[in-house]
Amino acid sequence: MKPAPFDYYDPDSVEEVLDLLQQYGDDAKILAGGQSLGPLLNMRLSTPQIIVDLNRVADLEYYKSDNTGLRVGAMTRQSTLEDDTNLRTTQPILAASIPYIGHRSIRNRGTVGGSVAHADPAAEWPAIMLALDGTILIRNTKGTRTVDASDFYVSALTTDLEPDEILVEIQLPNWVKTSGWSFIEFSRRHGDFAILGVAAYLTLENRRCTKSRIAIIGGGPIPIRTSKAESMLIGETISDALLKDVAEQASKELDPDSDMHASADYRRHLASVLVLSALQKATERANKSGGK
Amino acid sequence: MVSCLGQHNYMKIEHSKGIGESIKRLEDKRFLQGQGHYIDDLQLPDMLHAAVLRSPYAHATITNIDVDFALEQPGVVTILTFADLHSVKPIPIRLNPYGSLEPFLQYPLANKRVRYVGDPVALIIAHSRYQAEDVLDNIVVQYDPLPVNIDAEDKVSCPLHHDAKDNVASNFVQQKGDVVEAFNKAEHITKLRFTSGRHSGVPLETRGLIANYDATQEKLKVWGPTKVTHFNRGVLAHMLEMEEHTIEMIEPDVGGGFGVRGEFYPEDYLIPYAALMLKRPVKWIEDRLENLMACNHSREQIYEMEMALKKDGTILGIKVLLSNDQGGYIRTHGIIVPELSAAIFPGPYRIPNYRCEVRSVLTNKTPAGTYRAPGRYECNSSRERLLDLAASELMIDPVKIRSMNLIQPEDMPYEVGTESLGENIVYDSGDYPFALQEVVRLSKYEENRHVDHDNLSNKKVGYGIACFVEKTGLGPFEGARIEIDQTGAITVSTGAANVGQGLETTLAQIASSVLTVSPDSIQVLHGDTDLIPYGVGSFASRATVMAGSAVYYAAQKIRKKLLKIAAHTMNCQVEQLIISDGDICMIDHQDKRLTLTQVAQQSSPRNCPPDIEPGLDFTHYFRCNQMTFAHGATIVKVEIDITTCAIVPKHVWIVYDIGKAINPQMVKGQIEGGAVQGLGGALLEEFNYDPSGQLTSGSFVDYLLPTTTETPLLESKRLDRSPSTLNPIQVKGAGECGIAGIGGALANAVADALGDSGNNVNVLPITPEKVWQWLMPMQDKTN
Repeated sequence: MKPAPFDYYDPDSVEEVLDLLQQYGDDAKILAGGQSLGPLLNMRLSTPQIIVDLNRVADLEYYKSDNTGLRVGAMTRQSTLEDDTNLRTTQPILAASIPYIGHRSIRNRGTVGGSVAHADPAAEWPAIMLALDGTILIRNTKGTRTVDASDFYVSALTTDLEPDEILVEIQLPNWVKTSGWSFIEFSRRHGDFAILGVAAYLTLENRRCTKSRIAIIGGGPIPIRTSKAESMLIGETISDALLKDVAEQASKELDPDSDMHASADYRRHLASVLVLSALQKATERANKSGGK
Repeated sequence: MVSCLGQHNYMKIEHSKGIGESIKRLEDKRFLQGQGHYIDDLQLPDMLHAAVLRSPYAHATITNIDVDFALEQPGVVTILTFADLHSVKPIPIRLNPYGSLEPFLQYPLANKRVRYVGDPVALIIAHSRYQAEDVLDNIVVQYDPLPVNIDAEDKVSCPLHHDAKDNVASNFVQQKGDVVEAFNKAEHITKLRFTSGRHSGVPLETRGLIANYDATQEKLKVWGPTKVTHFNRGVLAHMLEMEEHTIEMIEPDVGGGFGVRGEFYPEDYLIPYAALMLKRPVKWIEDRLENLMACNHSREQIYEMEMALKKDGTILGIKVLLSNDQGGYIRTHGIIVPELSAAIFPGPYRIPNYRCEVRSVLTNKTPAGTYRAPGRYECNSSRERLLDLAASELMIDPVKIRSMNLIQPEDMPYEVGTESLGENIVYDSGDYPFALQEVVRLSKYEENRHVDHDNLSNKKVGYGIACFVEKTGLGPFEGARIEIDQTGAITVSTGAANVGQGLETTLAQIASSVLTVSPDSIQVLHGDTDLIPYGVGSFASRATVMAGSAVYYAAQKIRKKLLKIAAHTMNCQVEQLIISDGDICMIDHQDKRLTLTQVAQQSSPRNCPPDIEPGLDFTHYFRCNQMTFAHGATIVKVEIDITTCAIVPKHVWIVYDIGKAINPQMVKGQIEGGAVQGLGGALLEEFNYDPSGQLTSGSFVDYLLPTTTETPLLESKRLDRSPSTLNPIQVKGAGECGIAGIGGALANAVADALGDSGNNVNVLPITPEKVWQWLMPMQDKTN
């Protein structure tokens, strides 16, 4: 478990990073927290010729809230967000999901940008990005562009990022206080990748649902929003019978894989169970927060 | 006041100091300060590094190996294949080496055929491990794939070994009574097929070796062996065709053994071979990917069971067909694992008629060997599940069906009628019904079982019981040498090994109890074949029983000598002296005393009286062929969410009797650590293979070990009701009692929680998906 030989660069500005990516393109791999890339290198499942280490790029480690929402620099550690108790009220789904990311020592090193860009279909961040209509700020030497989370995930471990680009920031809109939310994850052990996970939220106005989001991880090659299930809620008053139907529909929208930890059928079963629980909890919270 | 002589006084002295105290582990100071010395901590000048090329195929013929290009790569010193190994021999069996198993033994490198993914094909020696790994892909091996067998019940598979007619390495029967007659008389027959999944001991520290030829001593030195260093020295001497005394094996600190670490593996030959050939030190540290595919697997057994009973639950007889998945080769354990399964299957119960047929079958998987409570974790799980199924069918309480069939204290010693390791299985002592009663009482089983059942809508609670007997203290001998030098420093040396269990503390406590000194003033040396001429090692819960007894007798010998020399110095009779707080003093005038150091000085050849042999240096070999049997009972409480099918073990209670504990806190650690390890195999850990024989759980992403968050509340209670009569310190081994019953108790708890679907429970590990499948027919009905 020793990595294959590679050349190593540790620039201290985004510009230098982008120059290196321009020069080496596909041959380069970006090292952020190293919590996924490290093992992949050691097991020689990934053998890039060039490693570009972002750990000296101080400009990428920040997060800030303003009237447009929350902006998180790519090199912000998971534990930094975990330790900010304000996020529990300003971004409740995010705050609830972070403790599920591996273990504390992983969160101390692991970065937000790394997790979003690695695009593991069972990781937590993709679900957050989808459920909260997050956007992703991307740069190359020519400039910047913004991509919606729903367009970012292409296939398993593959995103919209080009070889000469880096993810510099993620953006989440401000939380609508009259919304209810839930994040539920099922795994064999605490800290493992989800067998199935659900991030859900809904907004109620005059007892009717005006907005709904159901994002599922572990249910297929990419994290997905079950849009048909979401739309079944719009304009409706919430009832248990409706939520059961929505949960069933959500599970049908998945294309899960079978592996040694769970078959596709069991994952679908879990989706219907967890989506139902998540929506029940979200409704309860929405009611409590005055979204009636 | 304790007197000083006579065998009948030994026990009084023990109670006075050392034995029975939960002192802090002596080895922990260096571990906690980062001063431990594990194999990878050792660096020698000019050292080279090895990597092993392993087969990517489960079964294939090797038609060609081309190393030319690889040899030209930077840092590469040499590459060895089977053809390069001079007069190579297969690795012999350590335990019960039946000649019939010889066709199935493993050579250190594959000879024209590979039989599992991970089978060593070539050894690369380079200046760094990085460089060695870099060339793994540059060695061109042409494989011609063969049909793959991953099913131990597949009778028509292509034979893995040329000299064998089929893949059944061994087929034998253990029996007592007349099982046919028992089934003729049966009022009820319960049938169950139960499968134990493939998993293993996974020590925190992987294996590792350093070998070096020391020209000044004309000796091959090997660092890294553990568990059975003396035996392994003999194996290496045989395989390298060297004299045994020209090899020294040195055990470093070891980060966990669990039965798998310390056996003689292919690398244990290859690394010394390369060091001798190159006349340079060679290091090999097993990485985790190798560890999970190369180190012994264990546990994969299928039990087809039938039990004949009376309507009241009395067991008349049991028939078992046991299929043991051995993997690609027979390794050092031979067929001891299924043999132990067959021998211990009757457990703590009166089974008047019993027949167990064992088929140990070769498959294209990693070879299997022993893992903590080998054969017993599996057979106990199967038997206890069978008992609960019978209880359910006959509508008898699980406690009652056990109570009425348990061996009673007055039956002791109890001859089971089976045998293992060439010895008849005879339970020496134990109050089995009491242990069951105690665990039922401790867990409030009667009060809580039905209350908890009715609580909570989606969460179902279940309680499961398992009783067990544990074989411990395997012979035939272990030795200890105790020296006191002229400064009074006490050193104990033994051939037993410290695989992390705290041997240094245990042996120091035993010696200190006889010599009345503080345990931390005693240095315990172990794991170097040059320390003591004969040694057996640490396995089968034997080190405290066997080495502890040897230390006890050696300390008695040295104590007698101390008194003799002191009597001479003090001009009195030996009978007038006692040893107390490390001093030798007169019973009637305790101010008249000599320190141990003073007596030690008087024992030197310079000062010793002419009619007394100088020196304080005694060796004792404790010999015993009979095993001593510990026992106990386990209850597990689980909670199952019937919507997600998540299984959460909430509470584990273990009541056990090991005769006497040297260090109660360390014993507690063994019991509770074993329980958690066993829950891993019951709920999480499994080596899965796809149909082509690829190991699909080959890293810690997929091979799931339990962590603290998966650990339930643990409560254990030690009974000291049945001291062993087979050794002077009255102990039985403790290392495997925690794990022995946990699988069966967990399976029974899940079955209990699942109510009407519970009778489906027939396998370990129990995953959420399996629970979902077991529940599904019921849910379909209710829908």
